[in-house]
Amino acid sequence: MTSKTALVSLHNLSVGYALPGSKNILFENLELTLNAGELTCFMGPNGVGKSTLIRTLAGLQKPLTGEVHHGAVPSRASLGPLPHQVSVVLTDRIATVQMDVRELVSFGRYPYMGWGITLSDDDQQKVSDALREVHIEYLADKKLYELSDGQQQMVMIARALAQDTPVILLDEPTAHLDLNNRVEVMNLLRRLARKLNKAILIATHELDLALQTADLIWLAGRGKTLVTGIPEDLVLSGVFDEVFQLKGYDLKTGKIAHEAYRDKMISLQGDGHAYLWTRNALERNGFSVTSPGASYPHIDVVENDGHTQWIINQKAFFETLQTLLTHLI
Amino acid sequence: MHWIHRKSWIILPLLLVLLFIVNLGMGSVSIPPGAILGILSGRETANPVWYDIVWEFRMTKALTCILAGSALSIAGLQMQTLFRNALAGPDVLGLSSGASLAVSLVFMSQAAGLELLSTPSPWAIAGAASLGCCGVFLIVIVIAQRLRDNTSLLIIGLMMGATTSSLVSVLQFLSKPEQQQSYMLWTFGSLGRLNWTEIKVLTAILVASGLVALFSTKALNGWLLGDNYAQSIGIHLNRSRMVILLTTSLLTGGVTAFCGPIAFVGLAVPHLTKIMIKTHNHKILIPAVSVAGGVLMLFCDIVTQLPGSAYVLPINAITAMVGAPVVIWIILRAKRLSV
Repeated sequence: MTSKTALVSLHNLSVGYALPGSKNILFENLELTLNAGELTCFMGPNGVGKSTLIRTLAGLQKPLTGEVHHGAVPSRASLGPLPHQVSVVLTDRIATVQMDVRELVSFGRYPYMGWGITLSDDDQQKVSDALREVHIEYLADKKLYELSDGQQQMVMIARALAQDTPVILLDEPTAHLDLNNRVEVMNLLRRLARKLNKAILIATHELDLALQTADLIWLAGRGKTLVTGIPEDLVLSGVFDEVFQLKGYDLKTGKIAHEAYRDKMISLQGDGHAYLWTRNALERNGFSVTSPGASYPHIDVVENDGHTQWIINQKAFFETLQTLLTHLI
Repeated sequence: MHWIHRKSWIILPLLLVLLFIVNLGMGSVSIPPGAILGILSGRETANPVWYDIVWEFRMTKALTCILAGSALSIAGLQMQTLFRNALAGPDVLGLSSGASLAVSLVFMSQAAGLELLSTPSPWAIAGAASLGCCGVFLIVIVIAQRLRDNTSLLIIGLMMGATTSSLVSVLQFLSKPEQQQSYMLWTFGSLGRLNWTEIKVLTAILVASGLVALFSTKALNGWLLGDNYAQSIGIHLNRSRMVILLTTSLLTGGVTAFCGPIAFVGLAVPHLTKIMIKTHNHKILIPAVSVAGGVLMLFCDIVTQLPGSAYVLPINAITAMVGAPVVIWIILRAKRLSV
């Protein structure tokens, strides 16, 4: 077994807000690491303190107790931000919407520049590389106000990449994006972690995506602590159900559980995608689906000249699922 | 794109030189333009009185225009960047009122016979005014950190202005009519009262603060991304905030001490400049607004003494006429409100 390189390690870390006279502790006694080449998803219900922990790891906020070590050298994030070590993508909006994309991505090079902020050839190259990695070269000359939410998110990720840090922390990078963009962002981050050997931490509450892309999950549960593990282990242990108190979403099958409210049994035969989606349609409409053999009404899903047909009791033919359902209901 | 930038760069200094010469030609005594150029180049003139008029009155006034315009514009630009608020400015957020309060305190304590300030030097008045600005600015910064809301910040600024103004009114009520009059004249704003010593003081303040601002380019640009992102790319927020506080207070304090509270220039010039030069980079913006500020003040001053008119209008009346439409325009395009 190869040993992993820990780029960030948390030692006895407690985070939260110290108010005069009282402490609002969100997480206590964390002992964790973020490893090179790994995508870690930090999950938990809204309001559990994901943003606060991200801010603390980034050095934007002081820990209540404990330390955050970056890299092999134990430098402490409690001393403030480490612009050569950690870059961030936050939920903050950029108010200067007249700025163009290349200008914004160039801010990633600020930690390497003097007061005169002159971009060297190397800096220019890093900015171009970042735009290319995220596949947004075509946006380079656009103004921020011309971008969609998804494009803006990509630009902020490019900015973090241009900062050329071993660690990237992202707070809800897929919020407000549609499914397609969410998948694109997650795949991109996973690829970047692998290809550039970065440690990437994403705070998110999107279960399905995180389970399919993360190398490791940090799950914020009850009791101010984090449960960690690879997604599959955590699913099987049932800890997700406990934390999220899932209502009608069956994590183990990845589907929404439907109650067979029509109280009707139906048998189904077929294969491939057509079978799965037919089953989905029937269950969604309250049927209880069984295997063939019993004396229930029977449906055959058949492929005919490249299109799908449905046959009830080998008599009635249907060209679409919709007409089939209308017939059944 | 870059070509347009360069072109605008030529326009602004050319305008500055042109308006400077036009400004020297304006006044109740008409001096032919040829004679003015002659006096400037050191040649003998037909009328020796002209020489004194140009050098002792018009030159100081024209220079004051440039200094005051530049100083207020750099102050306004820095405040708009710091608060990420397009409507921030030295007068909007009450800095000018703070300076007024400090200056009136100096005037009144002088009347009350306080030894310490019995003979206010230009440095002392500028210092007092800067302290007044600094005090108000500190309060606004502290409140702004709690609020994080653009509209509230402006209301706080208005309230700060109202509070200091009312304190000034109380002071006036308690003082003798003669002092009241000199104070009232000061509040109208005037660019023509400065002597050469005061101009030197103002120049020193502008050059020093302007250079500090220019050296803070990186931090100022960083502020545009917001507190968190700025910190994450290595900007020291507290240090930068203190530098902006200090330079802005000195610039506003210096101008307000000698010229009175001049409204709208600090607010309007950064926006007018950004229409011409489409950039957010303070490395370009700081020199650009300082030239544009000079241009606008020279222009406003020329308007106050339109030829053929025996009256000279108060400078604040004119800056408001130029500035108020700019504010309305900013609010109308609020959908793309940008610092």
